[in-house]
Amino acid sequence: MLANLPARLPDLLLWGLLATVAMTTILQGAQGMGLSRLSLPFLVGTFFTGDRRRAVMLGFALYTIGGWLFAFLYFLLFDGLGLHSWWFGALVGALHGLFLLVCALPLLPYAHPRMASEYDGPTALRQLEPPGFLGLNYGSRTPLTTLLGQAVYGAVLGGFAQTPTITG
Amino acid sequence: MTPEGAPVRPSSAPPLASPDGEASRPAIGDYAIIGDCRTAALVSRHGAIDWLCLPHFSGPSVFAALLDHRRGGSLEIRPAATSFTARRRYLGPSAVLETTFRTAAGVARVTDAMPVPEDPGALRPLREVLRLVEGVEGAVELRVVFAPRPDYGRVTPRMTRRGALGWACAWGDELLLLHTDFPLEPTPDGTAVAGTLRVGAGERRALSLSYAKADIAVVAPLGAEAERRLRATLSWWEGWAARCRYDGPWRDTVLRSAVTLKLLTFAPSGAVVAAPTASLPEWIGADRNWDYRYCWLRDAALTMRAFTGLGLHEEAQAFLGWLLHATRLTWPELQVMYDVYGRTDLTEGTLGHFEGHRGSRPVRIGNAAHSQIQLDVYGEVVLAAHDYVTAGGRLQRDEARVLAGLGGTVARRWREPDQGIWEARGAPRQYTFSKVLCWLALDRLLDLGARGLVRVSAEAFRRERAAVAEVLEARGFNPAVSSYAGELDGDAPDASLLLMACLGYRPASDPRMRGTFDFIQRRLGCGRGLLYRYESGYDGMASPEGAFGICSFWAVDNLAGRGEPEAAERVFADLLSFGNDVGLFAEETDPGTGAALGNFPQAFTHVGLINAALALARARRGSG
Repeated sequence: MLANLPARLPDLLLWGLLATVAMTTILQGAQGMGLSRLSLPFLVGTFFTGDRRRAVMLGFALYTIGGWLFAFLYFLLFDGLGLHSWWFGALVGALHGLFLLVCALPLLPYAHPRMASEYDGPTALRQLEPPGFLGLNYGSRTPLTTLLGQAVYGAVLGGFAQTPTITG
Repeated sequence: MTPEGAPVRPSSAPPLASPDGEASRPAIGDYAIIGDCRTAALVSRHGAIDWLCLPHFSGPSVFAALLDHRRGGSLEIRPAATSFTARRRYLGPSAVLETTFRTAAGVARVTDAMPVPEDPGALRPLREVLRLVEGVEGAVELRVVFAPRPDYGRVTPRMTRRGALGWACAWGDELLLLHTDFPLEPTPDGTAVAGTLRVGAGERRALSLSYAKADIAVVAPLGAEAERRLRATLSWWEGWAARCRYDGPWRDTVLRSAVTLKLLTFAPSGAVVAAPTASLPEWIGADRNWDYRYCWLRDAALTMRAFTGLGLHEEAQAFLGWLLHATRLTWPELQVMYDVYGRTDLTEGTLGHFEGHRGSRPVRIGNAAHSQIQLDVYGEVVLAAHDYVTAGGRLQRDEARVLAGLGGTVARRWREPDQGIWEARGAPRQYTFSKVLCWLALDRLLDLGARGLVRVSAEAFRRERAAVAEVLEARGFNPAVSSYAGELDGDAPDASLLLMACLGYRPASDPRMRGTFDFIQRRLGCGRGLLYRYESGYDGMASPEGAFGICSFWAVDNLAGRGEPEAAERVFADLLSFGNDVGLFAEETDPGTGAALGNFPQAFTHVGLINAALALARARRGSG
């Protein structure tokens, strides 16, 4: 698929965007429906600014770009393993989500400039509530919604890779 | 009411009214309000926050010990000693409350505030309650208990330790985080955390309760940062109060009422709630317990008059905007009340698990009056708009169309019976006051039309206005009692008819208004300037109620208007004695004891106080 990347680039960009949109809709929908208080775009945005409004806008932009870029990694993986299918994409997405929950989120208090830690408490700069293991501080359904969002992201990309016009 | 600095003896309370010791609990007038113009908390003289609804005024409570001290929940900082005195005050023209506890061992001060957002974009808690403790003399032991009971006590809370961030209580997509700079431990049942705090002279401790909903929480830091937030909040209130242009008599009292009115204004929409509380009884132990955490159109004209009279043009503009835009869902008909966002479904229910304030049941949330027909509300909204324009405000084109539509509804429906200003729950009646407001709606719309601000059907409006006036004078006025009566062809007094002079239907010096004033004083007066709104049983309910706060201020307005400023000032001064130690007024007053009754603090009563003071200031200028 990536052998003739220049010709396929518009499709890759489009499907990367669609997958990101699908994942973001699920995650933000879960937040809006009260299933979780986690907002990954907000966490991304507050890396760069302490202004809530700017953080939300910037976070969404960066999160979308990140989703696009990650799509290329997924396609590389699909090509590398020769597995082009929606279910494999979903599995990779779920594993990606698991990594986020188990490793990335609990490490955030050490890396995020505006996140407080349960060891040090809040300061003038670091005031965001840390996510805790599996993001459970943000609600007991956070692991579920995050895994679902990531799995759908992977499934959309896998489904795209599966189509004959792409794999052929 | 307890006078300022009076001893509070929780362990040696007066004889108990019930086996639960309800009489030892704080009375309605024992509370003070703090808030951030989005929601408000009530703090008792004992140092307990016994009422807080989140995320806004009409949201479910997390603290409601006011309505049930066992199941309601509270956040308490009080002396551990069994005997202590409490002295309270607001810091300057702010909503920051300072309570000074004096015990045998020393003196400690607790400062309570809900920080007002400084920079709208800044990372801060969605809502925060900040409590700062300071040792003044000796060493004082304070008992601290955090016992949240979310969703009106229907959620069993589970406290979770969050390390240096404090204690968390999560339910649904909501979170309360209690952050302190002193240790607290969970109670044996795990539904609260508690501890004893010992403060010596000069020592300072802090507690911050932050709230998040559907979002990642922000934990507000303590220490110097907390002091900075407190200073910023004080500065915000001072800046706001400086906009208040009132230089008449009793300035501090009027300013306190203005601050209270601002506290009851929902900043994001401009709506003003009637009170921050639900189901505080209009008579202890009785069933007149209603939810007032909504916005009554009935209050619109007088609230607008208070805003414009005090020079609070931003508030006036926001309030009119809310009035005309929030009501679009029901336009050109108007509902009696809306919530702070203009939502119309305020279905009434009862909280059977709450015992009620001092045993006053049922405890109601929501309000069935929302589906009533009250024809006076059209006049209230039109008068508010007219007042706004007269004070220099400008109507947008769509707002003018909304007002014209309301006039059409009045012209079509004024002959119908309704529930009236007092929301009597029986069959609709032909209330005189409703007709007066219909007349005023048409009259003021014709005036706006004549000024070219609203396009009205002038001929039809004039014809209907004349028809209303004819009915009012022929059937609303009863020569046998020389007074307008509560209903057409009736003979019962109704204190709302004092508004005929306040709102400009007839001058207070008019013989018919003088007769009405005298009739109301004779039949509804209950001493020291207090008035009942109507006679017992008039509304079809058997239970008693107190004197209605705002009616007495309308009488002051009438006295000033009929050229008796000294009498007006005398009554006004008498009425001020029914405020509590920090200048707050309830909806009603027990004429026998002077105790506050009903929801608290009540915007309508404070609006009445402000407008009466404005009338007194006008009268002074007129006679000066």
